[in-house]
Amino acid sequence: MSLVVEKRPLLSRKWAEQLFYGAAVLALVVALMVLVTLLLDIFIDGSSRLGWDFLTGYPSRFPEKAGVLPALTGSFCLILLTALFAFPIGIAAAIYLEEYAPQNRLTRIIELNIANLAGVPSIIYGLLGLQLFIRFFGFGRSLLAGAMTMALLILPVIIITARESLRTVPRSLREASIALGATKWQTIRHHVVPVAFPGILTGCILATSRAIGETAPLITIGALTYVAFLPDSIFSPFTALPIQSFNWISRPQTAFHANAAAAITVLLVVLLAMNAFAIWLRGRLEKKYKLSRL
Amino acid sequence: MFWRDVTEKVVRCVLFLCAAISILTTVGVVLVLSFEVVQFFQKVSFADFFLDTEWTPLFATKRFGIWPLIAGTFLTSLIAICVALPLGLLIAVYLSEMAPWRLRNVLKPILEILAGIPTVVYGYFALLFVTPTLRYLIPDLAGFNALSPGLVMGIMILPMVASLSEDALRSVPNSFREGSYALGSTKLQMIITVLIPAAMGGIIASFMLAVSRAVGETMIVAIAAGQQPVLTLNPTQAVETMTAYIVQVSLGDTPHGTIEYNTIFAVGMMLFLITFGVNWISIAVREHFRKKYR
Repeated sequence: MSLVVEKRPLLSRKWAEQLFYGAAVLALVVALMVLVTLLLDIFIDGSSRLGWDFLTGYPSRFPEKAGVLPALTGSFCLILLTALFAFPIGIAAAIYLEEYAPQNRLTRIIELNIANLAGVPSIIYGLLGLQLFIRFFGFGRSLLAGAMTMALLILPVIIITARESLRTVPRSLREASIALGATKWQTIRHHVVPVAFPGILTGCILATSRAIGETAPLITIGALTYVAFLPDSIFSPFTALPIQSFNWISRPQTAFHANAAAAITVLLVVLLAMNAFAIWLRGRLEKKYKLSRL
Repeated sequence: MFWRDVTEKVVRCVLFLCAAISILTTVGVVLVLSFEVVQFFQKVSFADFFLDTEWTPLFATKRFGIWPLIAGTFLTSLIAICVALPLGLLIAVYLSEMAPWRLRNVLKPILEILAGIPTVVYGYFALLFVTPTLRYLIPDLAGFNALSPGLVMGIMILPMVASLSEDALRSVPNSFREGSYALGSTKLQMIITVLIPAAMGGIIASFMLAVSRAVGETMIVAIAAGQQPVLTLNPTQAVETMTAYIVQVSLGDTPHGTIEYNTIFAVGMMLFLITFGVNWISIAVREHFRKKYR
């Protein structure tokens, strides 16, 4: 490092410091103000439409009669299916990379590839899902195709968070189990995974909650924007809350914008509920684990 | 004993296959995109795609110059980066070096809320709140423009920049700070001459990830930036980004095999190459600095 001779008086250095501090606090205030404004704006715009009728209604040409029941049901089914695909595969991949993978080139490539996939835009996954699940496998524009696309999208995040949880399990636990004659898989199944489970589950739920708000891949694979029925099988066409919101936003009539705001409010409440559930579950599982094992 | 060994082998294989799905995903994306891109370039020449300055595949007279879409993406991303980088870095420095830990523990989850809001919500906010508000300041602002989604996108990626940069700053050993103070630095001098250079790897990596997020962001620009592929860097006019074009075509019922259908994959390929490249740079920078400081 080169020698810096400070020639300015101490006082001006103090001023610079104050200025920097002010700028930093200002940056933070701006970010928080935007958050508050955004939430307030949406809540105020949508409050006139929020109500039981809105939650149990079907889409309509008349904005004051429209509701989000198909979208809400669609989002719910979609997330459930996505979790069904993504959780086992993601956790299995994490276990392989954390516990089994040898330190070689292939492992390194897989790891770098996962890090990179986490940064691929979601709309690209939509294009993949469109060609692979809809055209190639012929699933149609169904819940199944949507859920599989979403599962591919959240897999990298799930693998990364699950690995972090597995890493926190102390080595001594593994060694003790091996010393007692357990095989590697027995050790992992009965000792490592149960200890890491609260963390893994929380990470998985948080990753899935991100998928609830994803819109672009669903538009690309052709989720419908006007659905006046509830999905009855995994092959039935569907819509989801973010798609319904997008559809209402892009209409010129301002009455539909209120519907969009109300649908977004519902979406945010669902998101919040999922996050709260994840945190509650972690607390509960951690307590249970402590009581039974320590 | 035999069955135990078999189980071990089978489990290992299954876990490996799950991890290999990530590689298959990347291969799948490349294959799916290439397949359609080859078809695209059988109908359109390379020169038309890379040298023409007009993009009108949906009109009667079709032109296939990609530049207007790249310009739209570049413009909105640039605005977003101009918001997210300075604010994000300031917030990171504040949280890591200045904020009392109690405040920090409150602020970090709030920033995570900001990061978890679905992008369609930001799109609503950009179109129906930010644009009308900005119109008071800039009367010429078009209803759809690059400025408002750019600014909102900046706020969206800000938490990511702040969080990743803060991690990088906090991982700088305390001895660096103490060394700088011992030489008589003020806090600000320590931050600028010692802390930020030492954390540069992580900071650059977070910047690159922010760039890739901005380039691949879809819903905000699809909602608020418009659908007019014009080659301009004027932020008050409507533009169209690569992602918004894919959404625009996906919303219509474009039959498989037509040139319009091919175009979304050609655009998708450009988008994938750009974000993949930027992500690799980010990972490479992080690895490089990690080795340097080990």
